[in-house]
Amino acid sequence: MNIIPIVIEAIVKILFVLSVTLLTVAYLVYFERRIAAWVQDRLGPNRVGWQGILQPFADVLKLLLKEDIVPTNANKTIHFIAPIISLMVAVSTYAVIPWGPVTEMFGHQIKMVVADVNIGILYVLALTSLGVYGITLAGWSSGSKYSLLGGIRSSAQMISYEVSMGFSIAGVLLVAGSLRPYDIVNSQISTLWNAILQPIGFITFVVSAFAETNRLPFDLPEAEPELVGGYHTEYSSMRFAAFFLAEYANMIIASAMIVTLYLGGWGIPFIDKFALSNSTIFWLSVLAFFIKVGIVLFFFILVRWTIPRFRYDQLMKLGWYVMFPLSILNLIWVSVIIMIFKI
Amino acid sequence: MEKIRVRKKDLNLFQKTYIPQILQGLGQTFRQMFKPKFTMEYPEVKFEPPSSYRGRPVLVQEPDGKERCVACGLCSRVCPALAIEVRANETDQEKERFPEVFEINMIRCIFCGLCEEVCPEEAIVMSKDYELAFHNREEAIYGKDKLLVPVEKLQDRIDFIRKYK
Repeated sequence: MNIIPIVIEAIVKILFVLSVTLLTVAYLVYFERRIAAWVQDRLGPNRVGWQGILQPFADVLKLLLKEDIVPTNANKTIHFIAPIISLMVAVSTYAVIPWGPVTEMFGHQIKMVVADVNIGILYVLALTSLGVYGITLAGWSSGSKYSLLGGIRSSAQMISYEVSMGFSIAGVLLVAGSLRPYDIVNSQISTLWNAILQPIGFITFVVSAFAETNRLPFDLPEAEPELVGGYHTEYSSMRFAAFFLAEYANMIIASAMIVTLYLGGWGIPFIDKFALSNSTIFWLSVLAFFIKVGIVLFFFILVRWTIPRFRYDQLMKLGWYVMFPLSILNLIWVSVIIMIFKI
Repeated sequence: MEKIRVRKKDLNLFQKTYIPQILQGLGQTFRQMFKPKFTMEYPEVKFEPPSSYRGRPVLVQEPDGKERCVACGLCSRVCPALAIEVRANETDQEKERFPEVFEINMIRCIFCGLCEEVCPEEAIVMSKDYELAFHNREEAIYGKDKLLVPVEKLQDRIDFIRKYK
């Protein structure tokens, strides 16, 4: 078996995923600022280029040119490693998320995913757990009380919400009978989207995803009014940018996971009713996946400018008293459905 | 809008989940996105202040090109920030006094409008000019060349002062 086509295929896929991710992150920041402004009756950044379209590049340039300050009290090594962990974890999670159906190209069966591993979902869960280290170590190594509080909060929050997240995913796995993202999407396309089949699980997963990505109703690790900037208070220049990128990359992962697990991945309902050629269906499916991710991202941004931040005890209560029982309830519900309909 | 007080026990189970409220809030923010914006894009669109606005103090220039000021020095006396300097001189004309030097230090000026209020001739008034930026301190001292503004441009403000004097 020739190894070269496989290597080329992998490299092309990795480049595609990386460039799409980084570009989306850059423009996500831009759209976040524009949408925030629109919600607040303002205009937002519209000066750099047409409608401010070059704003992300100006921001990156500014961050690159800034002085990189390391506090005297900081633990230099860990202070240096923490943003790298965060960014690396955030970017490598994309490897298992499929963005289109299997297709025939250049005489090869090509799967639209970098690594089609049979434990894909487990891999994502493992990496998001690893992401906690980046934030916690950043807070701990900075030698500042605000950073430390932010780091500790984030570890407590992410660990608590990982429980309900895991149980929500368990419901999806029961239906699909596999940990492979491809199988999960295919099972949804052949039957029903999981969002309709298990609405409680969908809600608990979305809420947990918000908590995992430290987005606004649960952004206690950052909590600007109380903690200055939380775990990244003592970071500047490109290291700060690394955290910033990681946060937005995590947001994209969360959206892609929501789409893959609950909204049918690349599937378009009733597309087989229309007489379309295979390649048209393929391109429409890929487009559908990105549109779905875009809509979920828009939802993420809109929620940020709608719902105020939780208090810390409210956050923990919501996590353990509400989300955890609900996700178990969902698991029972799914089991009952499987028992009745023998899916 | 009337304020309605809702107790937790009055809510039904569906409302207690807060899902309808969250959706309502999301709808509110979504609708807000398409409403007209309040931002003025400054260098292109400029704010036109009302006549009550106290901008840069200016000297009124009569249609014949001379200043209306008679160099009585009251504005200089009343100025709490000591920003105005007046040096008087005389001519052979009917209105014999005129300011030879009239300088306002725009770094000191606090835009209180007392000079305008005290002026017996309506010769110094507050304009609508708010774009005051200098590269150095020398530039910030405005002489007669910068201060004199034709009376037509200041009619708004003069009418406003007459109404409230």
